[in-house]
Amino acid sequence: MELKVKQVKRVDGVKEAFYIPAAFGGLRLTVKHFFRNLFGSRDVVTINYPEEKRPVSMRWRGRHRLTRKDDGFLKCVACYMCETVCPAKCIHIEAGEHPDLSIEKYPVRFDIDELRCVFCGLCVEACPKEAIRMDTGVVAMAYSSRKTFDFTRDLLRDNYDPNQHESPKYGDEDLPRPESQESALPNSQGIPAS
Amino acid sequence: MDLILEILSIPLVQSILKIAFIILLFAMPLGTVLTLMERKWSAMIQDRVGPNRANVGNYTGNGLLHLAADGLKSIFKEDTIPQGANGFLYLIAPFFGLIAGVATFAIIPIAGPIGDFTFQVTDIEPGLLFIFAITSLSVYGAVLAGTSSNSKFALLGGTRASAQMISYEVFMGLALMGIFMVYGSTRVSDIVNGQNEYWFGNLIPMWGVFTQPLGFFLFFTALIAETKRAPFDAPEGESEIVAGYFLEYSGMRWSAFMLAEYVAVAGVAVLMTTLFFGGYHVPWLHLWESAPQWLVTLLQIGKFSIVTIFFCWLQIQLRWTLPKFRFDQTMSLGWKKLLPLSLANTALTAVVVLAFM
Ligand code: SF4
Ligand code: SF4
Repeated sequence: MELKVKQVKRVDGVKEAFYIPAAFGGLRLTVKHFFRNLFGSRDVVTINYPEEKRPVSMRWRGRHRLTRKDDGFLKCVACYMCETVCPAKCIHIEAGEHPDLSIEKYPVRFDIDELRCVFCGLCVEACPKEAIRMDTGVVAMAYSSRKTFDFTRDLLRDNYDPNQHESPKYGDEDLPRPESQESALPNSQGIPAS
Repeated sequence: MDLILEILSIPLVQSILKIAFIILLFAMPLGTVLTLMERKWSAMIQDRVGPNRANVGNYTGNGLLHLAADGLKSIFKEDTIPQGANGFLYLIAPFFGLIAGVATFAIIPIAGPIGDFTFQVTDIEPGLLFIFAITSLSVYGAVLAGTSSNSKFALLGGTRASAQMISYEVFMGLALMGIFMVYGSTRVSDIVNGQNEYWFGNLIPMWGVFTQPLGFFLFFTALIAETKRAPFDAPEGESEIVAGYFLEYSGMRWSAFMLAEYVAVAGVAVLMTTLFFGGYHVPWLHLWESAPQWLVTLLQIGKFSIVTIFFCWLQIQLRWTLPKFRFDQTMSLGWKKLLPLSLANTALTAVVVLAFM
């Protein structure tokens, strides 16, 4: 294939050769900005971060939340779709049997290690129940210990519903817990527990 | 009371007081405030906010407290000496530039004399030749820092700095020849008083910028190159040699380099004011004959300060406008363009002075 070479024309002429007129042109621009910001309206593009936040798009993938049904229970049916699809292997679910027979299964544990998460959004796409979403708008998570990034079910549970002041009961308070509390945590060596 | 007046009238005491006044209340504060102003003003030029976070309680002073924060920080930072550095030279190098910068202020009058008392540390006969001597000294700061810190980047920076400063010194002197010829003296007070004459009756003051427009431009360029600031900041060369000659420094010694740069900026501003903008003379003030002495002095200090601040601002504005010259461009600009121009200016001035004055 023939390469096409585009030659940029050099601007020659008195103005360029003497440098000074061009320098004054530059000065005019910077001085204009300087005085506009000194006296007139300050059209500063900076966002003073902790005080002001940049609005994020509706589709921004932030921290996860687990959505709830109208009665306050999690929509999640512990189908393991998200855990399976997750490329970072950072979701860990343990299913439990719900006393209410119409519900069948629900997550006894639902842990996401947000430090391992790559925020790809595949879990959201995989979920058949729209139970997991990443639309919290929490952009920056900064905590001082790694442990804090292990988000458990109750932390992930959507509490952004302004009408819902009380946290819902799962009805599992008196059910026996699975023993493997420790092994339920995501493997810290980064090797997925297969 | 009498004793105090008597002590105050001793020339040595007066000189010491003036030195203290000029250093502590003029040169150093101006240099220090400029370090912050450069950041604030550059923020305005680029539509940013600039430093505004340092605070005491909730008071930030719109960024003013950053001065104190910076000072504290650099005092408490570790003063490192790189392995293989020449310890003694490494330690004294930062202060050459600083001392040279402050020494510039010694011959600058900031207001007209009242009786025997002059607002000037010393009015020596060589005058501006003293300035040339002192600015040559400041080359040592860069060279010593570059060679003694045992770092290749620093060495490159030091080499560039010495080559640049020595070349620009050549026509810095030549650019001022015109001024010497027009006012017939190298003594600063003669030059300043010479600028108090007027052309066409009382129409145009004989300021250096009007008698020597080309000289003004050349001298300003040379001085900016001497301070090693943009567009002549190849010795620092952030993009290729990191920070040039003071790359290895940390803590207060690094701050001394920065402060030296800003004191040099202030020094350039006072030199431009004194030599080209009538010094402390307020134009057309002599028309108001009944002006009280104290008011005249105040006006003179005010005019001097305003023009000085204007030139500080202009240098900062230039730095944030013009891109850096490549090192060979710096050199060819100096030797091939500015040197012939300043020679021509000198010759032309000589002819005009011979013919008309
Ligand atoms: S966003 Fe991606 S990496 Fe994070 S939990 Fe969902 S599937 Fe896993
Ligand atoms: S969040 Fe969705 S995909 Fe994941 S287990 Fe629950 S229902 Fe299944």
